[in-house]
Amino acid sequence: MRPSLSAFLSGLIFAIGLGLAGMTDPANVLGFLDIAGDWDYRLAFVMGGAIAVHAALRPLIHQRAQPLFAARFPSFAASKPDAKLLVGSALFGVGWGLGGYCPGPALTSLATGAFPLLIFVPAMFAGFYLAQVLQARSGVGADASRPGAPHVGATPAP
Amino acid sequence: MTSSILLPLLGGALIGLSASLLLLANGRVAGISGVVGSLLAPVRGDVAWRVLFFAGLLAGGLLLAWLRPGSFPAPSTPSAGGLWLLAGAGLLVGFGSRLGNGCTSGHGVCGISRGSVRSISATLTFMATGVLTVFLVRHVL
Repeated sequence: MRPSLSAFLSGLIFAIGLGLAGMTDPANVLGFLDIAGDWDYRLAFVMGGAIAVHAALRPLIHQRAQPLFAARFPSFAASKPDAKLLVGSALFGVGWGLGGYCPGPALTSLATGAFPLLIFVPAMFAGFYLAQVLQARSGVGADASRPGAPHVGATPAP
Repeated sequence: MTSSILLPLLGGALIGLSASLLLLANGRVAGISGVVGSLLAPVRGDVAWRVLFFAGLLAGGLLLAWLRPGSFPAPSTPSAGGLWLLAGAGLLVGFGSRLGNGCTSGHGVCGISRGSVRSISATLTFMATGVLTVFLVRHVL
């Protein structure tokens, strides 16, 4: 296996997991968030199942000195929650509650070419971009705030 | 009841497996907003795996649409108001998840699996505002 294949497979398995779990239908998501209505508790088991598997496998993976195709495992600064984390997460939650889509299911559903995603996904990318511009301007950890920054020291979670 | 939680559990387990594969092979955190959002500010040598992960997501979507079309909502024609709502929702999801350094996958799955206090705080926050938003939209407005 090569790094490109593993990345592709990981995305593929992720999408199939989302679809089987019911996350690609916003009606399920909104039903899960509607605890005051006829609460649909099923999606709690998606996060539960994902955390159970990943939390069990992580320690085994970290027994290795390094990943199969990379120099090192990600490292995380032991920083506390800050305003940026909480404000960002709060806004994300509002958008999630309005549309019923978070980024993974939105991108997976984009493959169907369904009309709502042709609006939602470009708007989401505009949001990604705005946040990056804002952070680059304010200069507050413009680089450290990029989860994707290639192993330049420790980055905040995740 | 048992059958109704079986698929969510199985789907969740696959998501956990996917995150584990990406960590084991590529040494990366499977946080969708970070993996894909970082493509807007590409760094040399750090692009291919992101594009391929994204391609995998789309391929998975196609596979689902082909073999299990019920995974997606039935096609509908949204109203003009619905369009603005979708655009606003997308903007908030993109902006918020990037500012907050993660979404349901990066914080909710990977971060919590790691026991990260930041991710637990983030997840509680977006769950709370998500619940509040649905409450306001469905039961108040």
